[in-house]
Amino acid sequence: MIKTTLKKLAIAAAITTASLASTGMAWAEDTIKVGVLHSLSGTMAISETTLKDTMLMLIEEQNKKGGLLGKKLEAVVVDPASNWPLFAEKARELISKNKTDVVFGCWTSVSRKSVLPVFEELNSILFYPVQYEGEESSKNVFYTGAAPNQQAVPAVDYLMNDIGVKRWVLAGTDYVYPRTTNKILKAYLIAKGVKEKDIMINYTPFGHSDWQSIVSDIKKFGNTGKKTAVVSTINGDANIPFYKELGNQGISAEDIPVIAFSVGEEELSGLDTKPLVGHLAAWNYFMSVESDENEEFIDAWKKFIKNKDRVTNDPMEAHYIGFNMWVKAVEKAGTTDPSVVQKALIGVSVPNLSGGYSAMMPNHHITKPVLIGEIQKDGQFDIVWETSGLVAGDAWSDYLPGSKDLIADWRSPLSCGNYNVKTKKCSGQNY
Amino acid sequence: MLLMNILKNDKPGLWLLGILLVVSIAVPILNLLVPENSAFHISTYTVTLLGKYLTYALLAVAADLVWGYLGILTLGHAAFFALGGYAMGMYLMRQIGERGVYGDPVLPDFMVFLSWQELPWFWQGFDQFWFAALMIILIPGILAYVFGYLAFRSRVTGVYLSIITQAMTYALMLAFFRNEMGFGGNNGLTDFKDILGFDLRADSTRIALFLASAAALAIGYVLSRIIVSSRLGLASVAIRDAESRSRFIGYRVENIKLWVFVFSAILAGIAGALYVPQVGIINPGEFSPLNSIELVIWVAIGGRGTLYGAIIGALLVNYSKTYFTAALPEIWLYALGALFILVTLYLPKGIVGLWSLRKTRKTQKMREEKT
Amino acid sequence: MPLSATTVSVKKTFPPLLFFFVSFFISFFMLMSMAQQTVASEIPAESSLEDAWKTLSQKNYNKKSGAIEVIAQQNPPEARPAMKAMLEGQLYYAKRGKALYFLKEVNDNYEFTPLFDTDPALKPVLQENRRGFKKVKVNNRLRRMIRQLLAVMQLKHEDADIRLAAVQELLKNPETEAADLVKNAIGKETDQRVITSMQTLLAVIQLENGDETAQLAAINTLANSLNSSAMNALTAYQAPTKALENKAQSAINKINDKRDLYAKAETIFFGLSLGSVLALSAIGLAITFGVMGVINMAHGELMMIGAYTTYVVQLLMPDNIAMSILVAIPAAFIVSGLVGIAIERGVIRHLYGRPLETLLATFGVSLVLQQTVRSIFSPLNRSVETPEWMSGAWQINEVLALTWNRLYIIFFCLAVFMALIAVMKKTSLGLQVRAVSQNRTMARAMGVRSKWVDALTFGLGSGIAGLAGVALSLLTNVGPNLGQAYIIDSFMVVVFGGVGNLWGTLVAGMSLGVINKLLEPWAGAVLAKILVLIFIILFIQKRPKGLFPQRGRAAED
Repeated sequence: MIKTTLKKLAIAAAITTASLASTGMAWAEDTIKVGVLHSLSGTMAISETTLKDTMLMLIEEQNKKGGLLGKKLEAVVVDPASNWPLFAEKARELISKNKTDVVFGCWTSVSRKSVLPVFEELNSILFYPVQYEGEESSKNVFYTGAAPNQQAVPAVDYLMNDIGVKRWVLAGTDYVYPRTTNKILKAYLIAKGVKEKDIMINYTPFGHSDWQSIVSDIKKFGNTGKKTAVVSTINGDANIPFYKELGNQGISAEDIPVIAFSVGEEELSGLDTKPLVGHLAAWNYFMSVESDENEEFIDAWKKFIKNKDRVTNDPMEAHYIGFNMWVKAVEKAGTTDPSVVQKALIGVSVPNLSGGYSAMMPNHHITKPVLIGEIQKDGQFDIVWETSGLVAGDAWSDYLPGSKDLIADWRSPLSCGNYNVKTKKCSGQNY
Repeated sequence: MLLMNILKNDKPGLWLLGILLVVSIAVPILNLLVPENSAFHISTYTVTLLGKYLTYALLAVAADLVWGYLGILTLGHAAFFALGGYAMGMYLMRQIGERGVYGDPVLPDFMVFLSWQELPWFWQGFDQFWFAALMIILIPGILAYVFGYLAFRSRVTGVYLSIITQAMTYALMLAFFRNEMGFGGNNGLTDFKDILGFDLRADSTRIALFLASAAALAIGYVLSRIIVSSRLGLASVAIRDAESRSRFIGYRVENIKLWVFVFSAILAGIAGALYVPQVGIINPGEFSPLNSIELVIWVAIGGRGTLYGAIIGALLVNYSKTYFTAALPEIWLYALGALFILVTLYLPKGIVGLWSLRKTRKTQKMREEKT
Repeated sequence: MPLSATTVSVKKTFPPLLFFFVSFFISFFMLMSMAQQTVASEIPAESSLEDAWKTLSQKNYNKKSGAIEVIAQQNPPEARPAMKAMLEGQLYYAKRGKALYFLKEVNDNYEFTPLFDTDPALKPVLQENRRGFKKVKVNNRLRRMIRQLLAVMQLKHEDADIRLAAVQELLKNPETEAADLVKNAIGKETDQRVITSMQTLLAVIQLENGDETAQLAAINTLANSLNSSAMNALTAYQAPTKALENKAQSAINKINDKRDLYAKAETIFFGLSLGSVLALSAIGLAITFGVMGVINMAHGELMMIGAYTTYVVQLLMPDNIAMSILVAIPAAFIVSGLVGIAIERGVIRHLYGRPLETLLATFGVSLVLQQTVRSIFSPLNRSVETPEWMSGAWQINEVLALTWNRLYIIFFCLAVFMALIAVMKKTSLGLQVRAVSQNRTMARAMGVRSKWVDALTFGLGSGIAGLAGVALSLLTNVGPNLGQAYIIDSFMVVVFGGVGNLWGTLVAGMSLGVINKLLEPWAGAVLAKILVLIFIILFIQKRPKGLFPQRGRAAED
C-alpha cells in the first residue's frame, strides 16, 4: 500500500519537474498573447472571475473577426489568488515568461500598486478596469474605470441639487479608495457650504458583517429633520450585510437614500433587492442603458457564459472599452510592441456601451458619461440622472492639497504622470 | 570545531547546505553571464522567485524551531515575518525621498495623499539602514519576548497557546489595516526604488538579494542546528515531550522556551526583511492568520522537527503554488488541498519521512537477507 | 480654480481634446444652473387633470411631480390605485398612444390592464414580455411625495395600522395644511396609538404656530413623545418667554434621558445578537474541536454548506419562501452532517491521537470544499431571501426597535444549544460520546463502538455548523468565503470559553458579543475588535484554560 503510494508520489514529482522545464517552450505558435490577471480564488474571486470571462469573450469575438494584424489572439490566464505579492509575481511571469503584449487585470488598488513597478520595469501595458481613488498616472497603466471626478463628485451634486440633501454620512471600508474619496468629498461639500457637524464619517474593516450599531447610528444621525443621505464606499463583501441591516431596521430610500460607488448589478444579484428599491448607485454604465451596442453586448455575454440570468456591470464595460481601444491602437500602430502602442493609444476613441464614444486622454484616463441609477426590484437600476456630456477622468484631484498642482500628460514634450505646474518638476520617474 | 561536529551528524543538512552553495554560485552565473537566448539562461523572474522561496524557507526553519523542538504549535509566526518586512519596507520607503509622485522630500506618498503634515515619531530613524536593520531584529524580538514572557510564565500550553498566537497576528493585521496607524493601510508600502543606493530593478541587485537570502538561510539553519544540538536544544525537546517532568527535574522551562521563541521570531523577522525588497510590497495581508497556518503546513509537509524538512516543505509547497496557479488557474486549490490531505494521511513524518522510511526498509531487508 | 491648470496645458498641446474639456465644463455649469432652478422655481401648476395624467409618461421628474400633485388634489377614483402602482413600479404606459396601464405578473406572463376602463379602445393585454410598454419611472423624491399624499388620503382608512402609518408618514414632514385634516380625524379616531401620534403631530404644528398657551400645552405633550419630529421641533423651538424656554429645555432633557436608556438597551441587544451569532458558529466547533480534539479548519466550510443548502432549498420552493427557512433547518443539518461524516470516515479517523495533523488535513479539506462550491455555484454570492415573518423590526417604541431576524437568531441559538445539551446529557449517544472523549480505551473495553461514536459525534458537530450556516445566510453573504470569515472567531470563542465545555462556549460567545458592542461606540468597529482580541490574549494569561476549565485527570494531557 505504502509502496505504491510512494511510487505514485515519485511519478507526480517527476511530472511536475518535467512540466516546469517545458513551460518555457509551450508557447511556440505565433499568436498575440493577451494576459488576464484576475483572481479566480480567494476573497476577490467574487468580482474578478467575471472579468476574466469577459476578457475571454472579447478575445474570442476578436478572433472570430479574423484576429489582429493577421494573427490570432491567445489569452493567457493566471490566478493571483487575491494575494497581493502574488499579483506582482504573476505579472512578471506573464510579461517575461509568457511574453504577453498586453495585460488586462487587477481589481483592488493594492493589487495595482503591487504590479505597477513590474509593468514599469518591463515596460508593458496594463488595462485597469475598476473605479479607483485616482492620484496615479503611470506610463504603463491605462485606467478605464472611473476616477473620483467621474463618479463620486457628480453623485454628490445630484443628491445636493436634485434630492436636496443637507446632511451627509460618508461611510466606507477602511482603505485607500474610501479614504481618498471621502477626503475629496468632504473638501467638496465644505466648499459648497455644508457645515462640519452635518458630515459624519465612518470607517469599518474589510468584510465587516455586523452593521447593527452603525446602521442605528446612521438612523439617529438622519432623524434631525434635515434631509440625510449616505454616500457609501463600502467594499464588496461588506455590502450585503449592510443592506440587509438597512432593510431590517426599516431605513427606506425615501428616508435616507444610500448612494454606493461599488455596488453594481453583479453585487445585487447576490441580494434580495425588494427592501432596497430606490437606493442609488453611481456608475458610468448600467445594464439597463438603452443602446444597440449594449443590447449586442448583453446578448453576446449571455450566450458566452451560457446563462441567461447573468448580468453585466460597469467594470465589464471598462474592459470592453479598454480592449477595443487596444485593438484599435495596435491596428493604428501596425505592431503590438508596447512602447509604440502606448503612444498610439492616446487619442484613440471607441464606442462605449451607453451609446457614445470614449476617448483615451493624455493622462491615460478615459472620457465617460456619469449615470445615476436607482435599485429596482429585479436587481436592475433605473437611470434617474446622467451628465449631458462626457466627463474626462482627472488623475489628480483638485480637492486634495497634495495633488492640486499636479497634472499628467504622457505626450512629448511633457511625458510625465505627475508634473507639478508650480515647481515645474516631474518627480519620481523611473524611465 | 563544535560546528563541524554538529554538522557531521546532520547528513541531510550538509547535503542541503551543499546544494544551496551550488545554487548560489550557479544562479548568478547563469543569470548574468549566460546570454538571454541560451537555454541555460535563468531569467530574473526565476531569480526573484527563488529568492522569495529562500526567505520562506528561512521562515519555515524558524517555525520548525518552535513547533518541532519546543512543541508550540504557533499559528502566529507570520506576524514576526511581517513585522520584519515592515521595518525593511519603512527603510525602503524613506529611501525614495523626493522621488515620490508628490515630490515630498520626507513624507512617503501615502502620507501626502492623506494630508499628513509631518512624519510620525515611529518613522524617525528609518532613513538609516543600520537603524532599520536593528529594528528588523528588535521589533519581532521584543514582541516575542513580551508575548512569550506573559504566555510561558502563566503556563499557557497546547491549543490555548496556538489560539492566542493566532489572536496576536489577527489583532496586528486589523491594526495595520487601519489607515490611522500610519503604515499605509491596506495598500501597505510599495513602489520602492533602491536599497543602500543600489537600484532594486537592476539584475545585479536582484542577484545580491538572492545571495543574501541564501546566506541568511544557511546561517539561520546552522545557528538553529547548533541550538537544537546544544544542551538548550535537548532541554527544549525534553520540554516538548514532558513539560512537567522537565520542570520537576529543575529546568527553568519558561526561560528556555522564551529564548528559543525569541530567537525564532528574530529569524522570521530577518526572513521578512529579505522578502520585502524582492517582492516589492509589504501589506497587512502578510499578517493574515491563514498565512501562519500555511506556514505550519509547509513544515508539516516537509517533516516536522528536522529543520531541513521545513526547508524542503517550504520550497515544495510554494513551488507547486506558483506552478498550479499558472497551469491550472481554475482548479489549483483542489490540487493543493489534495496535496495537504495526502501528505498528512500517508506521510505522517512529511517528505523527509520518506528518507528514514527507506533507511529502515533497507536495514530490514539486510536483516532479512542475513537470516 | 485649480482645474484651469489642467485645461491650459491641454490647450497648448492637444487641441482636439479641448472639446472634451469644454463639454465637461459646459455640462458642469449647466448642472449648476439647473440646480438653482430646481430650488428657486415652483413647478408650474397644471390645470387640467387630463394633462396631468398625460404628463406621467414624460421623462422629466419635475413635471411629473407637478402632475402628481394635481392628481392628488383633484383626487379622482383612479388616483389612489395609480399612485400605489407607481410606488410599486407597476404603472406602465403604452409606447404608442401613451395610455396608462397597470402591470400584473401572472405565471411568468405580463398582464396589462388599462387604468381607465371607460375608453372601449383600450383592452387588457397579456403577453410574455413587456415589449411595447414602458414603466412610469419614479425616483426617491417622487416616491416620498406620493407616500405623503397617500397618507393624507388614508387618514380615514378602516385599518388602524394603515391609519397609524399614515400619521407617522405625516409626522416625518409636519405641515400646517395637515393640521385641519388631523383635527377632523382625531375626533372620530378610536385607536389609542393613532390618537397619540395625531396628538404629537398636532403639538408639533402648535409649537410652531400656536399662541403661548397652545405652545405650553404642546411642550407638555411633546415631552412624553419619543418621536424624532417631536425632538426636532423642540430643538428648533424659539421660545418667546424665559419660562417657556426652561420648560422646553427640561422637556428636551427628559426625552434625552429616556433615549439614552433605550440606547443602552439597544446596545445590549446588539451585543447579544452578535454574541448569538458567534456562539452559534462556535457550538459545532465546541463538539468537533472541544469534545473530540480535532482542530477542524473545515468548520467554516461546513457552515458555508449549510448556507448553500438554504439557498438550494429556496430554489426548490420559490413559491413558499416563508416555509423555506423551516425546511432548510433540518436539510442543512443533514447535508452538513453527512459531509462531516464523510470527512471523518475519509480523513480524520486515520489521525486520532495526532491532533495537530488534523489541522493540516482539515485545512486541505477546507480548500477542496471551497473550490467545489466555486465550481458548482460560481464564485458569485447567492441571494437568500429573508421570509416576510423574519424581516422588519419589532417596534417597541419610537426609538427602540428590535429586528426580527436577530431576535429569531438569538432564540434559535438558545434552542440549538438546549437541544445539544439534552442530547449530550440525556441520550445514550451523549453518554457514549462523553465516555469516548474522556477515555477511549476504557470506553471500548466497556463495549462502546468507538468508531461509530466518533463518526456520529463529528456528524453532529458538523450538522450544527450547518444550522449556523442557515442563520448566517440570512445575515451575510452566501459565497465561497463565508467560512473563512467566521473560523477564527469560532476558535477564539471555544478557547475563551474553555475547550470541552459547552456552557463555556455559550457564555464566551455572548460575552464577547456584548463586550464588542459596548466598545464599538467608543472605539469604533476596528479598534473594538482589536481590543477584544487583546482582552482574550490577556485573559488566557490569567486563566490558561479558558473561562470554564475542564477539571480532572483527563484535562491534563
